[in-house]
Amino acid sequence: MENNHFDTEIIKTKNVNFYYGPFKALTDISMNFEKRKVTALIGPSGCGKSTLLRLLNRMNDLIAGARVEGEVLFEGMNIYDPEVDPVEVRRRVGMVFQKPNPFPKSIFNNITYGPRLTGTANKLDLEALAEISLKQAVLWDEVKDILGRSAMTLSGGQQQRLCIARALAMKPDILLMDEPTSALDPISTAKIEELIDELKKTYTIIIVTHNMQQAARISDKTGFFYIGKLIEYNATEKIFTNPDVKQTEDYITGRFG
Amino acid sequence: MTRHQKEIIIKNVFFILSLVSILILGLIVVFLFREGLPLFREVSLRDFIFGMEWYPTYSPPSYGIWPLIVGSLIVTILSSLIAVPLGVLAAVYISEIAPPAIKEVLKAIIELLAGLPSVVLGFFGMVIIAPWLQETFDLPTGLNIVNASVILAIMAVPTISSISEDALYAVPNEFKEASYALGATKFETITRIIIPSALSGISTAVILGMARAIGETMVVLMVAGGAAALPESIFDSVRPMPASIAAEMGEAPFRSGHYHALFATGIVLFLMTLAFNLIADYISQKFKEVGSATL
Amino acid sequence: MTGQTVSGNMKRRYLKQHLFFGAVRLSAIILTLALGGILFYILANGIQVISWEFLTAPPTDSMTKGGIMPAILGTLYLTIGAITVALPLGVVAAIYLTEYAKQGKIVRAIRVGVNCLAGVPSVVFGLFGLGFFVVFLKFGSSILAGALTLGILILPTIIGAAEEALKGVPQTFREASLALGVSKWLTIWKIVLPNALPGILTGSILGIGRAAGETAPIMFTAAAFFTAKLPGSIFDEVMALPYHVYVLATAGTHIEETRPIQYGTVLVLVVLVLGIDLIAIVIRSYMRRNKRW
Repeated sequence: MENNHFDTEIIKTKNVNFYYGPFKALTDISMNFEKRKVTALIGPSGCGKSTLLRLLNRMNDLIAGARVEGEVLFEGMNIYDPEVDPVEVRRRVGMVFQKPNPFPKSIFNNITYGPRLTGTANKLDLEALAEISLKQAVLWDEVKDILGRSAMTLSGGQQQRLCIARALAMKPDILLMDEPTSALDPISTAKIEELIDELKKTYTIIIVTHNMQQAARISDKTGFFYIGKLIEYNATEKIFTNPDVKQTEDYITGRFG
Repeated sequence: MTRHQKEIIIKNVFFILSLVSILILGLIVVFLFREGLPLFREVSLRDFIFGMEWYPTYSPPSYGIWPLIVGSLIVTILSSLIAVPLGVLAAVYISEIAPPAIKEVLKAIIELLAGLPSVVLGFFGMVIIAPWLQETFDLPTGLNIVNASVILAIMAVPTISSISEDALYAVPNEFKEASYALGATKFETITRIIIPSALSGISTAVILGMARAIGETMVVLMVAGGAAALPESIFDSVRPMPASIAAEMGEAPFRSGHYHALFATGIVLFLMTLAFNLIADYISQKFKEVGSATL
Repeated sequence: MTGQTVSGNMKRRYLKQHLFFGAVRLSAIILTLALGGILFYILANGIQVISWEFLTAPPTDSMTKGGIMPAILGTLYLTIGAITVALPLGVVAAIYLTEYAKQGKIVRAIRVGVNCLAGVPSVVFGLFGLGFFVVFLKFGSSILAGALTLGILILPTIIGAAEEALKGVPQTFREASLALGVSKWLTIWKIVLPNALPGILTGSILGIGRAAGETAPIMFTAAAFFTAKLPGSIFDEVMALPYHVYVLATAGTHIEETRPIQYGTVLVLVVLVLGIDLIAIVIRSYMRRNKRW
């Protein structure tokens, strides 16, 4: 299954509808996400972009009354097939949340939480993994001497990078980011944006953002959502300079939302 | 009188009335000591606490409550061994696993268990559990440590499970989401994230449950058997402190040595439960200050 | 996406989950059976004793025959007395703590005091009632002394429930009233209290249930083994259901003979107390479902 080098897409949705109880939150979404690219999902609040993101690693399963129609194909396999275990899906599709959410444990134990679950018990392996992950998240130099300290003592920006490192330690194929900088100050935001640029060499990144400049700066492709529908999905440069759809242009230029 | 003055008067009256709880607590101390301290004209504190013989009606009487203290501790510990797993697991079930309808029913069941009068549970222990124990294990009496501990556990479970449930419920959703997003199963999320995060709340619950058990009177009065001696097995009878007080106060002549000794036993019991409660309060207070991740 | 080694690992992880969930469900089942078993047993043995006469007649023949009317009445008096003492005091304290007090040392002390009071063993309340109300204030063993003792016993319950109910009233209600120039006290009286009333009511009902079922606090302060007449004033002793159960089951000379009466009394007590609790539970769940804010 790793031999798809002709195929650049890694995950795609096919005619997906999504409901919270009687409320239809997404309508007929079909989207391809490309390998080792950054795809941004933008749109006004409540447009369904976060909902779509959480569909890709089945986090919406945790919400009572949620229902999915259609298919989400990850490397050709429908992750909503009854045979598929959501736990396995989440292991391979990592996620970073809007608000940094480290566990109230030490920095080291935050990073190694996931790997330990999947059976990595050797202390040296775990230490090596922690170092690699923290280096990837450009946090190593700041925390290498305080790995035993509670993650809660870190600053907000550091906590968010720790959460990224924690997700990377699972060696996921895809990294989902749900407005990862909206709770951070400008300096921390800039660090995370640099980090995303670095990470896309190895990982497929799908990011939800409120901040259009951010989408323009860091993404290769952008999808614009409005009231549960995918209005336009194009190369980022095109979306921000010459969009095909009038609604997109109105949103980009700040006429609504 | 201006409106402003009236407001101030109301506020101050309310303030004074809200001090009643502290006042009562103070009065409890004062009156326990007033009626209990005269004992120590006859007996030393050391002989009272560590004395091995409780013969308050003999002549000369001996007022050693060590067997009573041991009796209290044993039934408390044994009942906790039953009630803690039961209560905590029930709380986990209610807060994390049960479907909404079952959750409501189970919460009501636990609340009704809490509402059962202690004398009813004691009665149940006497007429059902005691004969059963006696027959099954071929004992001289079914009124013993095991019986009292089982019934006390039933009384402590609601305390433990409802406070634990609050603590589990208070664990921030972000922690759970983070765990699931890393590919953890529900079991792993519960045991590695949710329970550890709620641990101080659960500890508070356990301590308060134990305080409930050590202070409970009717159950130990009716089913612990009443032997004021150090037990040698869990099938022996004991006479925990509350049982001794409740059973003997009616017959102790007013302000006799026996009467004072029972009040003094009340002081010991009061101080023990007070310590339990202060520890629980301290833990839950510390817990409150930690809270969830903030920026 | 399920390789060989991964799936072995997953199997183990799910096995642990199954075992754990099994234990968790078992604990719920045990608790359900405990309550169900106790209630069934009491009902099965008590129901045949219950008759109109049992509920309305006084005991006869050294309590081996007759009814339990004086005990029912006594429990009623004690409970009404207790809630009369505890409700106003508890609500006022809760209003002060939630509406007036600024967070500080005194409030903290009051809260610790309430928590500690809630943890005082019931027999210690009994001792206190004996030392203070019966002896020091010279009330004697009486309805008054018993009701006061039970009143302070349930005070923390009432304070806790009332505080919870007051906190549940949205802050915007208060602000809306205050912004219209209504004084703080009037705001509390006209806006906050009415909205908190159902919650306070529920807490009070639970307090009543607790008071009705307690034995140890009234043993030395109010309860009598047997009274020939019904109480004439609040300074008289009374019989009470919980104490009646206790004495018949342990202290009498006719323990076996009075077994039916014991079962009947237990049943009446349980129906009374759990009935009261059930009313509170139903009111609360109804309130939650129909919350207007």
